[in-house]
Amino acid sequence: MAPSGPAPQKKSALGEFFGSSIAQKYIVAITGLLLVLFVIVHLVGNLQMFAGQDAVNQYAVMLRSMGPLLWVARIGLIVIFVLHVSTAFRLYRRNRAARPTAYVTQSTVQASIASRTMIFSGSFVFLYIIGHLLHLTFGLVLPEHAHLVDSMGRHDVYSMVVLGFQNKLVSFFYIAAMLVLWSHLRHGISSMFQTVGVRCPRVAPFTDQLGPLLATVIVVGYIAIPLGVLAGIIALPPGVTP
Amino acid sequence: MEFTIRVWRQAGPGSKGELKVYRANNVSADSSFIEMMTELNIHLLEMGDEPVAFEADCLEGICGTCSMMIDGVAHGPEKGTTTCQLFMRSFKDGATITVEPFRAGAFPVLKDLVVDRSAFDRIVQQGGFISVNTGNAPDGNAVLVPKDQAETSMDAAECIGCGACVASCKNGSAMLFVSAKAAHFANLPQGQAERYRRTILMVEQMDKEGFGACTNQYECEAVCPKEISVNFIGQLNRDYMVGKLKGAGGK
Repeated sequence: MAPSGPAPQKKSALGEFFGSSIAQKYIVAITGLLLVLFVIVHLVGNLQMFAGQDAVNQYAVMLRSMGPLLWVARIGLIVIFVLHVSTAFRLYRRNRAARPTAYVTQSTVQASIASRTMIFSGSFVFLYIIGHLLHLTFGLVLPEHAHLVDSMGRHDVYSMVVLGFQNKLVSFFYIAAMLVLWSHLRHGISSMFQTVGVRCPRVAPFTDQLGPLLATVIVVGYIAIPLGVLAGIIALPPGVTP
Repeated sequence: MEFTIRVWRQAGPGSKGELKVYRANNVSADSSFIEMMTELNIHLLEMGDEPVAFEADCLEGICGTCSMMIDGVAHGPEKGTTTCQLFMRSFKDGATITVEPFRAGAFPVLKDLVVDRSAFDRIVQQGGFISVNTGNAPDGNAVLVPKDQAETSMDAAECIGCGACVASCKNGSAMLFVSAKAAHFANLPQGQAERYRRTILMVEQMDKEGFGACTNQYECEAVCPKEISVNFIGQLNRDYMVGKLKGAGGK
Protein backbone atom coordinates (compact mmCIF):
# COMPACT_ATOMS: atom_id res chain seq x y z
CA MET A 1 0.00 0.00 0.00
CA ALA A 2 1.32 3.42 -0.93
CA PRO A 3 1.90 5.69 2.01
CA SER A 4 -0.73 8.39 2.28
CA GLY A 5 -0.74 11.86 3.79
CA PRO A 6 1.95 14.49 3.55
CA ALA A 7 5.54 13.30 3.68
CA PRO A 8 7.16 14.09 7.03
CA GLN A 9 9.17 17.29 6.77
CA LYS A 10 12.87 16.56 6.74
CA LYS A 11 14.69 19.13 8.80
CA SER A 12 18.22 20.05 7.88
CA ALA A 13 20.94 18.70 10.18
CA LEU A 14 21.68 22.21 11.39
CA GLY A 15 18.00 22.99 11.99
CA GLU A 16 17.64 19.78 13.95
CA PHE A 17 20.72 20.63 15.99
CA PHE A 18 19.50 24.10 16.94
CA GLY A 19 16.07 22.69 17.76
CA SER A 20 17.52 20.59 20.57
CA SER A 21 17.20 21.89 24.09
CA ILE A 22 20.86 21.35 24.93
CA ALA A 23 22.07 23.13 21.78
CA GLN A 24 19.84 26.10 22.61
CA LYS A 25 21.26 26.22 26.11
CA TYR A 26 24.78 26.22 24.63
CA ILE A 27 23.77 29.28 22.58
CA VAL A 28 22.47 31.11 25.66
CA ALA A 29 25.61 30.16 27.63
CA ILE A 30 28.16 31.14 24.98
CA THR A 31 26.43 34.41 24.05
CA GLY A 32 26.10 35.03 27.79
CA LEU A 33 29.85 34.57 28.22
CA LEU A 34 30.54 37.05 25.41
CA LEU A 35 28.11 39.55 26.96
CA VAL A 36 29.86 39.18 30.33
CA LEU A 37 33.19 39.91 28.63
CA PHE A 38 31.62 42.99 27.05
CA VAL A 39 30.24 44.11 30.42
CA ILE A 40 33.75 43.82 31.92
CA VAL A 41 35.43 45.76 29.10
CA HIS A 42 32.68 48.38 29.28
CA LEU A 43 33.25 48.69 33.03
CA VAL A 44 36.99 49.22 32.57
CA GLY A 45 36.18 52.01 30.13
CA ASN A 46 33.61 53.55 32.47
CA LEU A 47 35.87 53.53 35.52
CA GLN A 48 37.97 56.16 33.74
CA MET A 49 35.33 58.56 35.04
CA PHE A 50 37.47 58.53 38.19
CA ALA A 51 40.50 59.58 36.12
CA GLY A 52 38.85 62.82 35.06
CA GLN A 53 37.44 64.59 32.02
CA ASP A 54 40.48 64.31 29.80
CA ALA A 55 40.83 60.52 30.16
CA VAL A 56 37.17 59.82 29.42
CA ASN A 57 36.86 62.16 26.47
CA GLN A 58 40.11 60.88 24.97
CA TYR A 59 38.85 57.30 25.41
CA ALA A 60 35.64 58.25 23.56
CA VAL A 61 37.68 59.75 20.70
CA MET A 62 39.77 56.58 20.55
CA LEU A 63 36.62 54.40 20.32
CA ARG A 64 35.11 56.58 17.61
CA SER A 65 38.34 56.52 15.61
CA MET A 66 38.21 52.76 15.24
CA GLY A 67 36.11 53.32 12.12
CA PRO A 68 34.86 50.11 10.49
CA LEU A 69 36.11 48.08 13.45
CA LEU A 70 33.62 49.92 15.67
CA TRP A 71 30.81 48.83 13.40
CA VAL A 72 32.03 45.24 13.40
CA ALA A 73 31.97 45.36 17.20
CA ARG A 74 28.54 47.00 17.30
CA ILE A 75 26.93 44.59 14.84
CA GLY A 76 28.61 41.64 16.54
CA LEU A 77 27.29 42.79 19.88
CA ILE A 78 23.77 43.21 18.53
CA VAL A 79 23.81 39.73 16.97
CA ILE A 80 25.09 38.18 20.23
CA PHE A 81 22.49 40.08 22.23
CA VAL A 82 19.58 39.15 19.96
CA LEU A 83 20.65 35.48 19.97
CA HIS A 84 20.91 35.48 23.77
CA VAL A 85 17.50 37.04 24.33
CA SER A 86 15.58 35.23 21.60
CA THR A 87 16.98 31.79 22.48
CA ALA A 88 16.31 32.37 26.16
CA PHE A 89 12.68 33.16 25.36
CA ARG A 90 12.40 30.07 23.15
CA LEU A 91 13.63 27.95 26.06
CA TYR A 92 11.32 29.78 28.45
CA ARG A 93 8.32 28.93 26.26
CA ARG A 94 9.45 25.28 26.05
CA ASN A 95 9.81 25.14 29.83
CA ARG A 96 6.40 26.70 30.43
CA ALA A 97 4.83 24.18 28.07
CA ALA A 98 6.51 21.29 29.92
CA ARG A 99 4.15 21.81 32.89
CA PRO A 100 0.70 22.69 31.52
CA THR A 101 -1.04 22.19 34.89
CA ALA A 102 0.53 24.07 37.78
CA TYR A 103 0.84 22.70 41.29
CA VAL A 104 -1.56 24.00 43.90
CA THR A 105 1.39 24.14 46.32
CA GLN A 106 4.99 24.01 45.20
CA SER A 107 7.87 24.58 47.59
CA THR A 108 11.43 25.47 46.73
CA VAL A 109 14.17 23.52 48.48
CA GLN A 110 17.45 24.95 47.25
CA ALA A 111 16.94 26.96 44.04
CA SER A 112 18.06 30.57 44.56
CA ILE A 113 15.72 33.46 43.85
CA ALA A 114 18.22 34.67 41.26
CA SER A 115 18.04 31.36 39.39
CA ARG A 116 14.25 31.37 39.36
CA THR A 117 13.85 34.90 38.07
CA MET A 118 16.35 34.90 35.19
CA ILE A 119 13.70 35.65 32.57
CA PHE A 120 12.45 38.65 34.58
CA SER A 121 15.87 40.01 35.56
CA GLY A 122 16.97 39.56 31.96
CA SER A 123 13.88 41.36 30.64
CA PHE A 124 14.44 44.24 33.06
CA VAL A 125 18.08 44.58 32.00
CA PHE A 126 16.93 44.51 28.36
CA LEU A 127 14.56 47.44 28.98
CA TYR A 128 17.27 49.25 30.91
CA ILE A 129 19.73 48.86 28.02
CA ILE A 130 17.22 50.49 25.64
CA GLY A 131 16.91 53.44 28.03
CA HIS A 132 20.68 53.54 28.49
CA LEU A 133 21.28 53.73 24.72
CA LEU A 134 18.57 56.38 24.27
CA HIS A 135 20.23 58.44 26.99
CA LEU A 136 23.96 58.18 26.34
CA THR A 137 24.36 56.87 22.77
CA PHE A 138 21.49 58.54 20.93
CA GLY A 139 21.16 61.51 23.28
CA LEU A 140 17.36 61.42 23.23
CA VAL A 141 16.93 61.38 27.01
CA LEU A 142 18.19 64.66 28.55
CA PRO A 143 19.24 65.93 25.07
CA GLU A 144 20.55 69.18 26.58
CA HIS A 145 23.58 67.19 27.85
CA ALA A 146 24.26 65.27 24.65
CA HIS A 147 26.15 67.83 22.58
CA LEU A 148 28.62 69.40 24.99
CA VAL A 149 32.17 70.04 23.78
CA ASP A 150 35.26 70.25 25.97
CA SER A 151 38.08 72.80 25.76
CA MET A 152 39.93 70.65 23.20
CA GLY A 153 36.90 70.45 20.94
CA ARG A 154 36.13 66.82 21.83
CA HIS A 155 32.65 65.50 22.53
CA ASP A 156 32.35 66.03 26.32
CA VAL A 157 31.25 62.56 27.41
CA TYR A 158 32.50 63.19 30.94
CA SER A 159 30.20 66.14 31.59
CA MET A 160 27.28 64.35 29.91
CA VAL A 161 27.64 61.46 32.35
CA VAL A 162 28.12 63.70 35.40
CA LEU A 163 25.11 65.86 34.51
CA GLY A 164 23.07 62.71 33.86
CA PHE A 165 23.86 61.17 37.23
CA GLN A 166 23.32 64.44 39.08
CA ASN A 167 19.69 63.80 38.17
CA LYS A 168 18.64 61.62 41.12
CA LEU A 169 16.01 59.79 39.10
CA VAL A 170 18.60 58.72 36.50
CA SER A 171 20.96 57.54 39.24
CA PHE A 172 18.16 55.68 41.01
CA PHE A 173 17.15 53.73 37.90
CA TYR A 174 20.77 53.06 37.02
CA ILE A 175 21.52 51.60 40.46
CA ALA A 176 18.28 49.60 40.44
CA ALA A 177 19.15 48.17 37.02
CA MET A 178 22.65 47.26 38.22
CA LEU A 179 21.21 45.37 41.22
CA VAL A 180 18.96 43.42 38.87
CA LEU A 181 21.98 42.77 36.63
CA TRP A 182 23.78 41.46 39.73
CA SER A 183 20.99 38.96 40.29
CA HIS A 184 21.12 37.91 36.61
CA LEU A 185 24.91 37.52 36.55
CA ARG A 186 25.33 35.74 39.88
CA HIS A 187 23.30 32.81 38.57
CA GLY A 188 24.18 33.24 34.89
CA ILE A 189 27.95 33.16 35.22
CA SER A 190 28.02 30.01 37.36
CA SER A 191 25.30 28.43 35.26
CA MET A 192 27.31 28.87 32.06
CA PHE A 193 29.96 26.39 33.19
CA GLN A 194 27.38 23.69 33.86
CA THR A 195 25.63 24.22 30.54
CA VAL A 196 28.78 23.87 28.45
CA GLY A 197 29.81 20.84 30.49
CA VAL A 198 32.88 22.33 32.14
CA ARG A 199 31.50 22.07 35.69
CA CYS A 200 32.94 18.77 36.87
CA PRO A 201 33.38 17.86 40.56
CA ARG A 202 36.94 19.25 40.63
CA VAL A 203 36.07 22.74 39.39
CA ALA A 204 32.48 22.99 40.71
CA PRO A 205 33.44 24.66 44.03
CA PHE A 206 35.29 27.32 42.02
CA THR A 207 32.71 27.92 39.26
CA ASP A 208 29.80 27.95 41.72
CA GLN A 209 31.50 30.79 43.63
CA LEU A 210 32.71 32.64 40.54
CA GLY A 211 29.20 33.81 39.57
CA PRO A 212 28.34 35.61 42.83
CA LEU A 213 31.91 36.92 43.17
CA LEU A 214 32.33 38.28 39.64
CA ALA A 215 28.77 39.65 39.60
CA THR A 216 29.50 41.57 42.81
CA VAL A 217 32.79 42.98 41.53
CA ILE A 218 31.17 44.10 38.25
CA VAL A 219 28.11 45.65 39.84
CA VAL A 220 30.04 47.42 42.61
CA GLY A 221 32.27 48.88 39.89
CA TYR A 222 29.31 50.20 37.90
CA ILE A 223 27.43 51.57 40.91
CA ALA A 224 30.56 53.40 42.10
CA ILE A 225 30.13 55.87 39.23
CA PRO A 226 26.68 57.34 40.08
CA LEU A 227 27.60 57.18 43.78
CA GLY A 228 30.83 59.03 42.99
CA VAL A 229 28.87 61.71 41.16
CA LEU A 230 26.27 62.07 43.91
CA ALA A 231 29.02 62.21 46.56
CA GLY A 232 30.84 64.90 44.61
CA ILE A 233 33.98 62.77 44.06
CA ILE A 234 33.34 62.91 40.32
CA ALA A 235 32.66 66.60 39.78
CA LEU A 236 31.82 68.79 36.82
CA PRO A 237 34.88 70.41 35.19
CA PRO A 238 35.20 74.17 35.60
CA GLY A 239 33.12 76.05 33.12
CA VAL A 240 30.32 73.49 32.86
CA THR A 241 27.20 74.34 34.86
CA PRO A 242 24.21 72.13 35.50
CA MET B 1 -1.33 11.57 65.51
CA GLU B 2 -4.00 13.44 63.59
CA PHE B 3 -3.78 15.06 60.21
CA THR B 4 -5.87 16.94 57.71
CA ILE B 5 -5.03 15.54 54.29
CA ARG B 6 -5.76 17.54 51.13
CA VAL B 7 -5.55 15.11 48.23
CA TRP B 8 -5.80 15.69 44.50
CA ARG B 9 -8.77 13.75 43.18
CA GLN B 10 -9.11 13.31 39.44
CA ALA B 11 -11.43 10.72 37.91
CA GLY B 12 -9.51 10.11 34.69
CA PRO B 13 -6.84 11.37 32.29
CA GLY B 14 -8.87 14.15 30.68
CA SER B 15 -11.11 15.12 33.55
CA LYS B 16 -10.84 18.11 35.82
CA GLY B 17 -9.36 17.44 39.21
CA GLU B 18 -9.57 19.19 42.56
CA LEU B 19 -8.19 18.97 46.07
CA LYS B 20 -10.45 17.14 48.53
CA VAL B 21 -10.02 17.36 52.29
CA TYR B 22 -9.98 14.27 54.51
CA ARG B 23 -9.24 13.66 58.18
CA ALA B 24 -6.71 11.01 59.23
CA ASN B 25 -7.13 10.13 62.91
CA ASN B 26 -5.18 7.76 65.15
CA VAL B 27 -2.20 7.64 62.82
CA SER B 28 0.86 5.91 64.30
CA ALA B 29 3.97 8.07 64.25
CA ASP B 30 5.84 5.02 62.98
CA SER B 31 3.61 4.40 59.98
CA SER B 32 4.92 5.35 56.57
CA PHE B 33 3.17 7.87 54.36
CA ILE B 34 1.97 5.00 52.16
CA GLU B 35 0.54 3.20 55.20
CA MET B 36 -1.23 6.37 56.29
CA MET B 37 -2.72 6.72 52.80
CA THR B 38 -3.76 3.06 52.85
CA GLU B 39 -5.55 3.54 56.17
CA LEU B 40 -7.25 6.57 54.69
CA ASN B 41 -8.38 4.41 51.76
CA ILE B 42 -9.75 1.73 54.09
CA HIS B 43 -11.70 4.44 55.83
CA LEU B 44 -12.97 5.77 52.47
CA LEU B 45 -14.08 2.26 51.41
CA GLU B 46 -15.96 1.81 54.69
CA MET B 47 -17.72 5.08 54.04
CA GLY B 48 -18.64 3.83 50.55
CA ASP B 49 -16.36 6.40 48.94
CA GLU B 50 -13.89 5.87 46.10
CA PRO B 51 -10.36 5.18 47.47
CA VAL B 52 -7.48 7.43 46.41
CA ALA B 53 -5.51 5.89 43.55
CA PHE B 54 -1.74 5.99 44.13
CA GLU B 55 1.27 3.88 43.26
CA ALA B 56 3.64 2.00 45.56
CA ASP B 57 5.45 -1.29 45.26
CA CYS B 58 8.59 -2.33 47.13
CA LEU B 59 7.96 -0.13 50.20
CA GLU B 60 11.69 -0.13 50.90
CA GLY B 61 12.72 2.85 48.80
CA ILE B 62 14.38 1.08 45.88
CA CYS B 63 11.81 0.58 43.14
CA GLY B 64 10.84 4.15 42.23
CA THR B 65 7.12 3.43 42.02
CA CYS B 66 5.74 5.69 44.73
CA SER B 67 5.33 9.24 43.54
CA MET B 68 3.65 11.96 45.54
CA MET B 69 4.17 15.67 45.74
CA ILE B 70 3.83 16.25 49.50
CA ASP B 71 3.43 19.88 50.60
CA GLY B 72 4.97 20.95 47.31
CA VAL B 73 8.08 18.76 47.61
CA ALA B 74 8.53 15.53 45.64
CA HIS B 75 8.55 12.61 48.13
CA GLY B 76 7.98 15.01 51.02
CA PRO B 77 10.18 16.92 53.44
CA GLU B 78 12.89 14.35 54.31
CA LYS B 79 16.11 14.41 52.28
CA GLY B 80 17.12 11.37 50.24
CA THR B 81 13.84 9.58 50.93
CA THR B 82 11.07 8.06 48.84
CA THR B 83 7.42 8.49 49.83
CA CYS B 84 7.27 4.92 51.15
CA GLN B 85 10.24 5.55 53.45
CA LEU B 86 8.79 8.81 54.74
CA PHE B 87 7.35 8.31 58.22
CA MET B 88 4.56 10.27 59.82
CA ARG B 89 6.82 11.34 62.68
CA SER B 90 8.35 13.75 60.15
CA PHE B 91 5.15 15.81 60.36
CA LYS B 92 3.77 17.90 63.18
CA ASP B 93 0.72 16.48 64.94
CA GLY B 94 -2.39 18.19 63.65
CA ALA B 95 -0.68 19.38 60.44
CA THR B 96 -2.48 19.88 57.15
CA ILE B 97 -0.68 17.96 54.40
CA THR B 98 -1.27 18.63 50.71
CA VAL B 99 -0.75 15.68 48.37
CA GLU B 100 -0.60 16.12 44.61
CA PRO B 101 0.54 13.95 41.70
CA PHE B 102 3.93 14.53 40.02
CA ARG B 103 3.03 17.13 37.41
CA ALA B 104 4.52 17.49 33.94
CA GLY B 105 3.13 17.52 30.43
CA ALA B 106 5.13 14.35 29.78
CA PHE B 107 3.63 12.72 32.91
CA PRO B 108 -0.13 12.85 32.27
CA VAL B 109 -2.34 12.11 35.28
CA LEU B 110 -4.16 8.81 34.87
CA LYS B 111 -6.16 8.97 38.08
CA ASP B 112 -5.79 10.86 41.38
CA LEU B 113 -2.07 10.54 42.24
CA VAL B 114 -1.16 8.07 39.50
CA VAL B 115 0.76 9.50 36.55
CA ASP B 116 1.98 7.82 33.37
CA ARG B 117 5.79 7.82 33.48
CA SER B 118 6.33 5.68 30.38
CA ALA B 119 8.13 8.65 28.77
CA PHE B 120 11.09 7.54 30.92
CA ASP B 121 10.88 4.02 29.47
CA ARG B 122 10.97 5.40 25.94
CA ILE B 123 14.07 7.46 26.80
CA VAL B 124 15.81 4.37 28.19
CA GLN B 125 14.82 2.40 25.09
CA GLN B 126 16.79 4.90 23.02
CA GLY B 127 20.10 4.02 24.62
CA GLY B 128 19.97 3.26 28.32
CA PHE B 129 21.70 -0.06 27.74
CA ILE B 130 24.87 -1.54 26.27
CA SER B 131 24.73 -3.85 23.28
CA VAL B 132 26.38 -7.23 23.93
CA ASN B 133 26.48 -10.45 21.96
CA THR B 134 24.90 -13.30 23.79
CA GLY B 135 26.95 -16.41 24.37
CA ASN B 136 29.08 -17.67 27.18
CA ALA B 137 29.38 -15.44 30.19
CA PRO B 138 32.60 -13.40 29.97
CA ASP B 139 35.38 -14.01 32.47
CA GLY B 140 34.75 -12.18 35.70
CA ASN B 141 37.68 -9.81 35.52
CA ALA B 142 38.18 -9.68 31.74
CA VAL B 143 37.34 -5.97 31.74
CA LEU B 144 39.09 -4.15 34.54
CA VAL B 145 37.20 -1.20 36.00
CA PRO B 146 39.13 1.29 38.13
CA LYS B 147 37.57 1.66 41.56
CA ASP B 148 36.76 5.40 41.26
CA GLN B 149 35.06 4.87 37.90
CA ALA B 150 33.01 2.02 39.30
CA GLU B 151 31.97 4.26 42.19
CA THR B 152 30.94 7.12 39.89
CA SER B 153 29.01 4.76 37.69
CA MET B 154 27.25 3.28 40.69
CA ASP B 155 26.36 6.76 41.97
CA ALA B 156 24.56 7.34 38.67
CA ALA B 157 23.10 3.84 38.53
CA GLU B 158 21.40 4.45 41.85
CA CYS B 159 18.68 6.36 39.97
CA ILE B 160 15.40 4.51 40.42
CA GLY B 161 13.55 6.48 37.73
CA CYS B 162 10.85 7.75 40.08
CA GLY B 163 10.49 11.10 38.30
CA ALA B 164 10.95 13.32 41.36
CA CYS B 165 13.51 15.37 39.38
CA VAL B 166 10.90 16.20 36.74
CA ALA B 167 8.22 16.81 39.36
CA SER B 168 10.33 19.26 41.36
CA CYS B 169 11.94 21.07 38.43
CA LYS B 170 10.31 24.44 37.79
CA ASN B 171 10.80 23.68 34.08
CA GLY B 172 9.60 20.06 34.14
CA SER B 173 13.03 19.01 32.91
CA ALA B 174 14.19 15.39 32.93
CA MET B 175 17.90 16.21 32.70
CA LEU B 176 18.86 14.60 36.01
CA PHE B 177 17.21 11.32 35.05
CA VAL B 178 18.63 11.28 31.52
CA SER B 179 22.10 12.30 32.72
CA ALA B 180 22.11 9.57 35.37
CA LYS B 181 21.08 6.93 32.86
CA ALA B 182 23.76 8.08 30.41
CA ALA B 183 26.48 8.54 33.05
CA HIS B 184 25.84 5.09 34.43
CA PHE B 185 27.42 3.72 31.23
CA ALA B 186 29.59 6.66 30.21
CA ASN B 187 31.74 6.06 33.30
CA LEU B 188 32.35 2.37 32.58
CA PRO B 189 34.64 0.83 29.94
CA GLN B 190 31.72 -1.29 28.69
CA GLY B 191 29.71 1.84 27.90
CA GLN B 192 32.31 3.60 25.74
CA ALA B 193 31.46 2.12 22.33
CA GLU B 194 27.97 3.62 22.25
CA ARG B 195 28.66 6.55 24.57
CA TYR B 196 27.93 9.52 22.27
CA ARG B 197 25.25 7.84 20.19
CA ARG B 198 23.46 6.92 23.41
CA THR B 199 23.65 10.47 24.77
CA ILE B 200 22.31 12.07 21.60
CA LEU B 201 19.48 9.58 21.07
CA MET B 202 18.36 9.82 24.70
CA VAL B 203 18.41 13.63 24.62
CA GLU B 204 16.46 13.65 21.36
CA GLN B 205 13.82 11.41 22.90
CA MET B 206 13.75 13.59 26.02
CA ASP B 207 12.99 16.64 23.87
CA LYS B 208 10.40 14.71 21.88
CA GLU B 209 8.55 13.74 25.06
CA GLY B 210 8.10 17.42 25.87
CA PHE B 211 10.29 17.75 28.95
CA GLY B 212 11.63 21.21 29.69
CA ALA B 213 15.22 22.43 29.57
CA CYS B 214 17.52 22.66 32.57
CA THR B 215 18.18 26.11 34.02
CA ASN B 216 20.64 24.86 36.65
CA GLN B 217 18.51 25.57 39.70
CA TYR B 218 19.35 22.12 41.10
CA GLU B 219 15.96 21.50 42.70
CA CYS B 220 16.13 17.98 41.25
CA GLU B 221 19.26 17.15 43.22
CA ALA B 222 17.66 18.47 46.42
CA VAL B 223 14.63 16.18 46.22
CA CYS B 224 16.17 13.11 44.54
CA PRO B 225 15.58 10.15 46.89
CA LYS B 226 18.90 8.70 45.70
CA GLU B 227 20.69 12.07 45.88
CA ILE B 228 21.95 11.84 42.30
CA SER B 229 24.43 14.66 41.70
CA VAL B 230 23.87 17.40 39.12
CA ASN B 231 27.50 16.79 38.11
CA PHE B 232 26.04 14.19 35.77
CA ILE B 233 24.05 16.91 33.99
CA GLY B 234 27.34 18.68 33.26
CA GLN B 235 28.70 15.44 31.87
CA LEU B 236 25.59 14.95 29.71
CA ASN B 237 25.90 18.48 28.29
CA ARG B 238 29.57 17.83 27.52
CA ASP B 239 28.98 14.43 25.94
CA TYR B 240 26.10 15.79 23.87
CA MET B 241 28.29 18.44 22.26
CA VAL B 242 31.29 16.12 21.82
CA GLY B 243 28.95 13.58 20.23
CA LYS B 244 27.50 16.16 17.87
CA LEU B 245 31.01 17.23 16.85
CA LYS B 246 31.94 13.60 16.24
CA GLY B 247 28.81 13.18 14.13
CA ALA B 248 27.42 10.48 16.42
CA GLY B 249 23.74 9.78 16.90
CA GLY B 250 22.59 8.71 13.42
CA LYS B 251 20.47 5.57 13.41
